[in-house]
Amino acid sequence: MQKPEWNGFQGGVWEKEINVRDFIQKNYTPYDGDEAFLAGPTQNTLDLWDQVMDLSRQEREAGGVLDMDTKVISTIVSHGPGYLNKEKETIVGFQTDKPFKRSLQPYGGIRMAEKACLENGYQVDPEISEFFTIHRKTHNAGVFDAYTPEMRACRSSHIITGLPDAYGRGRIIGDYRRVALYGVDRLIEDKEEQKATTRTIMYSDVIRDREELSEQIRALKDLKKLGEIYGFDISQPAKDVKEAIQWLYFGYLAAVKEQNGAAMSLGRTSTFLDIYAQRDLESGRYTEEQIQEFVDHFIMKLRLVKFARTPEYNELFSGDPTWVTESIGGVGIDGRHMVTKMSFRYLHTLQNLGTAPEPNLTVLWSTRLPMNFKRFCAKTSIESSSIQYENDDLMRVTHGDDYAIACCVSSMRLGKEMQFFGARANLAKCLLYAINGGVDEITKKQVGPKYRPITSEYLDYDEVMDAYKDMMQWLARVYVNALNIIHYMHDKYCYEKIQMALHDKKVTRWFATGIAGLSVVADSLSAIKYAKVRTIRDENGIVVDYEVEGDFPKYGNNDDRVDEIASELVHTFMNYIKGNHTYRGGIPTTSILTITSNVVYGKHTGATPDGRKAGEAFAPGANPMHRRDTHGAVASLASVAKLPFKDAQDGISNTFSIVPDALGKNDQIFAGDLEVELDLGTEV
Amino acid sequence: MKGHIHSIESFGTVDGPGIRMVVFLKGCPMRCLYCHNPDTWEPGGGTEMTAEEILSQFQAARHFYTNGGITVSGGEPLLQMEFVTDLFEKAARQGIHTCLDTSGITFQPEDSGAVRSMDRLMDVTRLVMLDIKHIDPEAHQKLCGHSNRRILDFARYLAERNVPVWIRHVVVPGITDREEDLYRLGRFIGTLGNVKALDVLPYHDMGKAKYRKLGIDYPLKDVKPLEREKAVEAKQVILRGIRDERREKAEGHCS
Repeated sequence: MQKPEWNGFQGGVWEKEINVRDFIQKNYTPYDGDEAFLAGPTQNTLDLWDQVMDLSRQEREAGGVLDMDTKVISTIVSHGPGYLNKEKETIVGFQTDKPFKRSLQPYGGIRMAEKACLENGYQVDPEISEFFTIHRKTHNAGVFDAYTPEMRACRSSHIITGLPDAYGRGRIIGDYRRVALYGVDRLIEDKEEQKATTRTIMYSDVIRDREELSEQIRALKDLKKLGEIYGFDISQPAKDVKEAIQWLYFGYLAAVKEQNGAAMSLGRTSTFLDIYAQRDLESGRYTEEQIQEFVDHFIMKLRLVKFARTPEYNELFSGDPTWVTESIGGVGIDGRHMVTKMSFRYLHTLQNLGTAPEPNLTVLWSTRLPMNFKRFCAKTSIESSSIQYENDDLMRVTHGDDYAIACCVSSMRLGKEMQFFGARANLAKCLLYAINGGVDEITKKQVGPKYRPITSEYLDYDEVMDAYKDMMQWLARVYVNALNIIHYMHDKYCYEKIQMALHDKKVTRWFATGIAGLSVVADSLSAIKYAKVRTIRDENGIVVDYEVEGDFPKYGNNDDRVDEIASELVHTFMNYIKGNHTYRGGIPTTSILTITSNVVYGKHTGATPDGRKAGEAFAPGANPMHRRDTHGAVASLASVAKLPFKDAQDGISNTFSIVPDALGKNDQIFAGDLEVELDLGTEV
Repeated sequence: MKGHIHSIESFGTVDGPGIRMVVFLKGCPMRCLYCHNPDTWEPGGGTEMTAEEILSQFQAARHFYTNGGITVSGGEPLLQMEFVTDLFEKAARQGIHTCLDTSGITFQPEDSGAVRSMDRLMDVTRLVMLDIKHIDPEAHQKLCGHSNRRILDFARYLAERNVPVWIRHVVVPGITDREEDLYRLGRFIGTLGNVKALDVLPYHDMGKAKYRKLGIDYPLKDVKPLEREKAVEAKQVILRGIRDERREKAEGHCS
């Protein structure tokens, strides 16, 4: 099986089967040194980036979108090649035939595609609109055929929010490294074999498997054509680092040409690519400066991934995000850290190209990362404010050492696990439903079941908890079932062909639910328990406001009395989620991670018993409510850290902003080691 | 025994090494013109807490403090010296790094009983952050309402005991930024063998709001915050003083 492109690599199981992890473990070189080896940007890089900055300016001036496709439906091979400057680019490929032009992706929902165009001053070709309205059904149309009236009511009252029923679900990461390591022909061969060995009695799931495998094989063949469009034959393995980056990027590019997902993450590519870089450095094929240039151009491409989106979508996820998350570092299960020179090179792009939110460079942090790398991360964070950190020590336990983050916190083994993204349930609103017997506090419509409302003037903790649990159980049922419909239809009408082609045959599916308003509910319950909460009712007896008499422990101060309420809440809701049937054997998880949408959720939620006024924003993710954490950052973080990861395995996020000066001393004015400073002075 | 606590900052990153829990105590005899914590002046009041209560709060978040510890600040923490000693003794027994942020104004070298109490506290203090506000006694009197004699005595006492010290100095435009004074400060620091770090703090006026709230006139209304570059320059002058002092001392020994 040894291929000439693999010369110099340590062999292993990876040669016989598709197994990128084995290849990495056998071949990577941990790097303990510092950043001194890094190279700055080349002139070509600077020129290209100037061009990008100029286009960005034009895009801003044009109101946020520079150009859109209205006639060509995006597929892997829909467009001819596009360049910034062919002579200067070392890594090539755009979603359409030119940079900054957004593609047309109607399979998630034609109305969404039309609206995205319309709001930006474009119109989808009427023939295409007609085709996708009458002749070819979309994911969105499928979902609404199956939704129950109850689901629709929950959706419009915002007790269930952000459901991916009108747009691509995203949160699936193809193992794009496979394209570089094996070449597409080998991957097709593997899929053909999978198809030849499905079960033979045609139950519906077997039929579905066979149909999907056929789709995957077709997508892989298209992927080869995408390479050809840009003048590359990617049927065989990449033979050096430049090709490896290019091959890998083609895999990713095919995915973003095919899907406009809520988050289109890249995976965990740096240490994989470092193996190629190391081999080329040793053989003298490329210099450090050249390799950094390839990386800079690659990252530049990732920064230019763009989707056509509607204003509502942008309101929910502000800042035109694509969540091209790349996971860096971490520690292997054999105890060796997985930081390589390439980990440094990726982060170094923040200096070479300047800071940017995309790709979402995410360091898998462990206490056991090498000190030089930790220092470099800290330094780069201070300079760029652009690195995300996640706890590898926590995630490695369940996901091993070849997982990556999709979106902002969802961890999954590459090529082995995927997730059904499920937006979130508004637990704060659910509490209000419990108090008002299922009547929405804003629309006054009966949305939830007509359970017995709370009629007393002052709220009693046990009575409220009882009612709340019943209401959560109802909400979990409606929520999970709505998601079942969504993912059934997404698989049917908007299947991620190329991304799933870069997965194993047997895939673990995480059924990822989510929670919004955690800190609001924790504080509300704490107020009911430890202070006195008086209800204020409208003329029909619906509680529309609350008055808190006395003080109560607030989440975010490392106070067990309320922190335990928060933990218990996550645990309870998760159990209700688990009590439901999930589509395709999905394993239920939950996340607490709204990062921007908390503002919108708050807007649609009435006043809550913690004293929060109607319409006031929720705290993001698992954050304590704004200004209620009065014991400083550690106490605040400690409260969040108590939330049980096992019940929220899809991730817990805490948005933490701090002025740099509050993070420590400035080196210029603080002589932290007097003897060193005195020596420095005498040298002059 | 209970201390009068003004507040606790759980994420202190500028008051000693690492991430620290900073306990601000009530009461201060000094009235430094640039003080940014006038709400701590009044002794008594605040929240009353025992050492055990503070340490249990620390232990509940100890993972954050791996390379840090506890800093006691104020106010002037040595107004509640017995309490601080109790807290530090218990903290030391739990292996927690202890740091005392003080002006040294309460030090009484002439009172042997007081010195013995100080000895006891220093036995369990791993680091002292000593704030030398002005090197000139008269100017110090004007700035803080007290002479700096006790403060400099305290610095020498710490040097004799070889307690690790960080020296802090706030540079206020027109008051503590004269090159001559900064250089003299450096010369003084140069006589001490126990100084590990020098923290030059540019004056800021973020305390103004607190004065307004307390209904006190802000004494430095017309003083602008110091630019960072000026603080860097001040640091260089102090370092020069330290260097010169050490060199002369060394030459003296050789001749």
